[in-house]
Amino acid sequence: MSRFEYAPAPESRAIVDIKSSYGLFINGGFVEATDGKPFKTVSPSSEEVLAEVSEAGPADVDRAVRAARKAFDKVWAPMAGRDRAKYLFRIARLIQERSRELAVLESLDNGKPIRESRDVDIPLVAAHFFYYAGWADKLEYAGAGEDPQPLGVAGQIIPWNFPMLMLAWKIAPALAAGNTVVLKPAETTPLTALAFAEICQQADLPPGVVNIVTGAGRTGQALVEHPDVDKVAFTGSTEVGRAIAKAVAGSDKKVTLELGGKAANIVFEDAPIDQTIEGIVNGIFFNQGHVCCAGSRLLVQESVYDEVLARLKRRMSTLRVGDPLDKNTDIGAINSSAQLAKIRELSQIGEDEGAERWSPECELPAEGYWFPPTVFTGVSQAHRIAREEIFGPVLSVLTFRTPAEAVEKANNTPFGLSAGIWTDKGSRILWMANQLRAGVVWANTFNRFDPTSPFGGYKESGYGREGGRHGLEAYLAH
Amino acid sequence: MVWRPTLPTKDNNVRLEVRKTYKLYIGGAFPRSESGRSYVVNDAKGKFLANASQASRKDARDAVVAARKAFGGWSGKTAYNRGQVLYRIAEVMEGRHEQFTLEVAASEGLSASKARAVVDASIDRWVWYAGWADKLAQVVGSSNPVAGPYFDFSLPEATGVVAVLAPQDSSLLGLTSVIAPAIVSGNTVVAVSSYERPLPAVTLGEMMATSDLPGGVVNLLTGSASEIGPWLASHLDVNAIDLCGISDAEEARELEALAAENLKRVRRPAAEDWSESPGMSRLTQYLELKTVWHPIGV
Repeated sequence: MSRFEYAPAPESRAIVDIKSSYGLFINGGFVEATDGKPFKTVSPSSEEVLAEVSEAGPADVDRAVRAARKAFDKVWAPMAGRDRAKYLFRIARLIQERSRELAVLESLDNGKPIRESRDVDIPLVAAHFFYYAGWADKLEYAGAGEDPQPLGVAGQIIPWNFPMLMLAWKIAPALAAGNTVVLKPAETTPLTALAFAEICQQADLPPGVVNIVTGAGRTGQALVEHPDVDKVAFTGSTEVGRAIAKAVAGSDKKVTLELGGKAANIVFEDAPIDQTIEGIVNGIFFNQGHVCCAGSRLLVQESVYDEVLARLKRRMSTLRVGDPLDKNTDIGAINSSAQLAKIRELSQIGEDEGAERWSPECELPAEGYWFPPTVFTGVSQAHRIAREEIFGPVLSVLTFRTPAEAVEKANNTPFGLSAGIWTDKGSRILWMANQLRAGVVWANTFNRFDPTSPFGGYKESGYGREGGRHGLEAYLAH
Repeated sequence: MVWRPTLPTKDNNVRLEVRKTYKLYIGGAFPRSESGRSYVVNDAKGKFLANASQASRKDARDAVVAARKAFGGWSGKTAYNRGQVLYRIAEVMEGRHEQFTLEVAASEGLSASKARAVVDASIDRWVWYAGWADKLAQVVGSSNPVAGPYFDFSLPEATGVVAVLAPQDSSLLGLTSVIAPAIVSGNTVVAVSSYERPLPAVTLGEMMATSDLPGGVVNLLTGSASEIGPWLASHLDVNAIDLCGISDAEEARELEALAAENLKRVRRPAAEDWSESPGMSRLTQYLELKTVWHPIGV
């Protein structure tokens, strides 16, 4: 098939002003770390060093928690809800005003296509703050009793796949409910969180209400284990989620965990084929497959298997992999060399276990971390690529004959975050949606997110919900 | 007031009572412990009441298998139907009021009138929870006004198999208050009764077997929560655990840490007044929220 060529259309990076080094954001100002070594954050599409960032050690985390506690006791919890609301509305507007800058910064630091950071991530960030701002003076209507109270200081740890969106999911409901926060962004993607710290300053948010401590696992552990943290919210791997659940055992800390997934995307023979192919592609190749709810297990009804696979491969051949800042790019860079190594390893295991691997011809840039869109066929339920989260642009395809078999296979996983259903039959959609043990079910669509829509998992995909009224409840004592 | 028999003689026409064997309740049947163990249960004054089965690790695992097997059918029933089944438990309990009163009085050392009040409250609690079955989704669920052409709604669902380490003090009202909120939404339960006061739990199981509750929805083990708890807390086919019967803080911490292995939903022990109105927190503890999206278009 001939490929329709585009000229490069890069978004200018002149709009962002990255400092050479960043301190920690504690009590309203940037401060030097006292007990950690600085580390570098690189652009995964070029391996260029973007900035040097401070690692917060236990003493720095303690400083941040103390600042948050003081702000909670003296300022934020006693403040009238309508005023907390106004601060959050301010933040939402500042994000909208600086949206292009934030989108470019996100794509630089994370590697995701500008089309996604510009059209999905950053608009949703603003929407989350706008949504929860309106809750701040209506907490008594949130279903948590007549006099709901904040929990106190929230320690929040977020992943690298949607850096600023995950920040919004964590900070917006926490602040609306009257909590103060200490947030740790992922070590490979700290820059938009640090830009958010500046936004808090521009909004005149009282010092200590939001504190940002950069670092890796050690920093996160210090935050989770800090005795004055009342609430832990984590998004990331099931392995780390388990460790957090163990660490808080026996304490009074409230916990919400949003962990891994291995979602089944189920295609019935009567599915509208064009939308389905787009949905499969969106389900697994959106954000390079660095999505906990990615549709990474495609279950296709046998009768349409050949057609679906042929069309899927044809569509994959038109995906553009490359410069994240190019507006035509569909698939950007893998976030880190470590993640790339993991995707390569699991893909090799897929081949070794007997599945058939296919990728379109696709030229990858010489610098940076890249992986082509990949599909495995002939996958059985026992294969590791059908069981483990790859967190990359790798799709495993299985087949089924009956709806009952589809349900059996879809639910045959310790995860339970999301699922997809493609069929024209309404009653079948609702029956399938009932049977699937997953927290989010997309029918004839995939990977949709909205601040009003609760998101979170069953089983080992974690507990608690983010988004909507239910996301607010996770930050209220009741 | 009870267990003070007059000895029968040839002449006095006194009837020698037929005593009950107190057994486990697993999958709708009444096995003894597979371990063959039993332990002495005394009344509050230390007088012998019965030998209760002392459930083992294997019994706990059998009970989890039974609870998992029952989960699909029970959670798949209509909310209206589950509400009726819970209400029927209250009806059947009412008919065995006297028996429960005797056992609660003996187990907890209460006067007859106080024991009667506890049984009243237990029956009323089943009625209260029964009514929740077909209201939960409206109170807890939502329709979500997303910014796009999609119909988006969220519904509560049962989380699965819930292990309950029941209160040690309140042998009937406490037990009822921890089982009813779990099963009303479609969960199935494996409960370890009070160790020293297991008899009302066994009778509750017998009563359930003759109500409309399907076998396996509630499984009752008598024995030591400290012995069985770790096996339930670490069991990979258990979705949630209520630690309310554990009073030792370190033991509770260890059980919570074991439960982290498969990310169980954990209810930590806390001071509880079973006579108070229970509120919704136990009801919502064992719920998952499922959000479904569908495009709107012609």
